[in-house]
Amino acid sequence: MSQSGKSALVRLDKVNKSFGDQQVLHDIDLEVHSGEVVVLLGASGSGKSTICRCVNRLETIDSGTITVDGVPLPAEGRELAKLRAQVGMVFQSFNLFGHLKVLENLTLAPVRVAGVPRQQATERARELLARVGLADKADAYPAQLSGGQQQRVAIARALAMDPRLLLFDEPTSALDPEMIKEVLDVMVELAAEGMTMLVVTHEMGFARRAADRIVFLDQGRILETGTPQEFFEAPRTERARDFLSKILSH
Amino acid sequence: MPEGIREVLGPLGHGLVLTLAMTGLAFAGALVLGVLLAVCRISPVPPLRVLGTGYVTVFRNVPLLVLLVLFVFGLPDVGLLFSLFATVTLTMALYWAAFVCEVLRAGIRTVPFGQAEAARALGLTAGQSIRHIILPQALRSMVQPLAGVFIGLALSTSLAAAVGVAEMTGQAQFTTLKYDQPLTGFAATTVVYVLITLTSGLVAGRIEKRVAIHR
Ligand SMILES: Nc1ncnc2c1ncn2[C@@H]1O[C@H](COP(=O)(O)OP(=O)(O)OP(=O)(O)O)[C@@H](O)[C@H]1O
Ligand SMILES: [Mg+2]
Repeated sequence: MSQSGKSALVRLDKVNKSFGDQQVLHDIDLEVHSGEVVVLLGASGSGKSTICRCVNRLETIDSGTITVDGVPLPAEGRELAKLRAQVGMVFQSFNLFGHLKVLENLTLAPVRVAGVPRQQATERARELLARVGLADKADAYPAQLSGGQQQRVAIARALAMDPRLLLFDEPTSALDPEMIKEVLDVMVELAAEGMTMLVVTHEMGFARRAADRIVFLDQGRILETGTPQEFFEAPRTERARDFLSKILSH
Repeated sequence: MPEGIREVLGPLGHGLVLTLAMTGLAFAGALVLGVLLAVCRISPVPPLRVLGTGYVTVFRNVPLLVLLVLFVFGLPDVGLLFSLFATVTLTMALYWAAFVCEVLRAGIRTVPFGQAEAARALGLTAGQSIRHIILPQALRSMVQPLAGVFIGLALSTSLAAAVGVAEMTGQAQFTTLKYDQPLTGFAATTVVYVLITLTSGLVAGRIEKRVAIHR
């Protein structure tokens, strides 16, 4: 699975994490290489979101190490803020800032966190909105947009910081079926352009088409990793077969 | 103007000045202290939370009149000598700060958790997130309740008459006795109180419209 010559952009090494006395991650080893799209699959509660959230330290880990570009995650503070700026995150519930116009949602962090001049941030924001097909919504407020549009804005907002890595935690799970495609299309395009992505999703079509590697989790443990073809055509574990039969049967 | 009415309105004017001064100063004090208390109540430091909760519990559950009597007659006993006006204004500020604190806390809770999380994920510091994301959204739901506190405070200044402050209600009582004009004084004060509360309601409406969430 390792791509020879390239060092990992993100590396999790023996990561353990508990909530109270419930251990939710067990010795997780995971690498995401630059330009790679890794899809995390697993049943509800298997720890997919927790892994995502640990990578930009929205959750802290109990033991093990997580490095981004070879540098261990810093503790809370300025250094961490800087790291988070390099790791974009897209949430299931969009979390657009409700009091800000779409354009301001995109320029806030570049201006306040990265210190980009406002004019430059605005130009870049308009480019990104055009790229996700929402150039005409710059002056709208989030609540005036459909769910699919909001999620595309959220992706553009993450891209506005020029992140090295994008985390997606079930980006289409809160969307009506007819809107899922418009979001997945944007993600597929990003993947094709070489964006490094760690994606939690239940969209098996996306996983097959866009993933370089599937990581299958069960009860906080990685049971399988492999190419989409390996995983979907010939799952090695009973758990994975079980998972696939449930998720593909409807 | 019939003789007597002018003599009633003169003192009421003086009383009104005191009423407005007390209202303004006490509300400003209540806002400042209320913010500090709210910070305590939502802080991750347990002793601060206990302090904030304890304060709110005590001050919200004792009648203001009782507090006024306690402070006006109690503070000199423990050697703290302020003017009557200062003592009463301070008591009002202390009392209403508890309500301001609860308004702020409730307002902050109306902002979904995901907003702060998205701000963190983008690299905003806690301070930036509070300033640029949380507070602007929380303020909208605080405007009307804060106007409610202001109105309550403005009307409650009339209790100061009971401990001897010659504010508007005190003056109305005084002129009633002195000039035997029972209705004039209280009718006039009622009109003024209603003007104060209606104005604050209007101002709050304006502010709320300005910060409204756009849909
Ligand atoms: N903040 C929290 N406090 C306590 N327990 C939590 C918390 N977040 C997650 N958990 C628990 O950790 C486990 C893993 O949760 P996680 O959200 O990572 O699962 P998931 O694979 O993303 O599931 P889903 O598909 O339902 O989103 C679950 O058992 C969950 O109940
Ligand atoms: Mg999840």
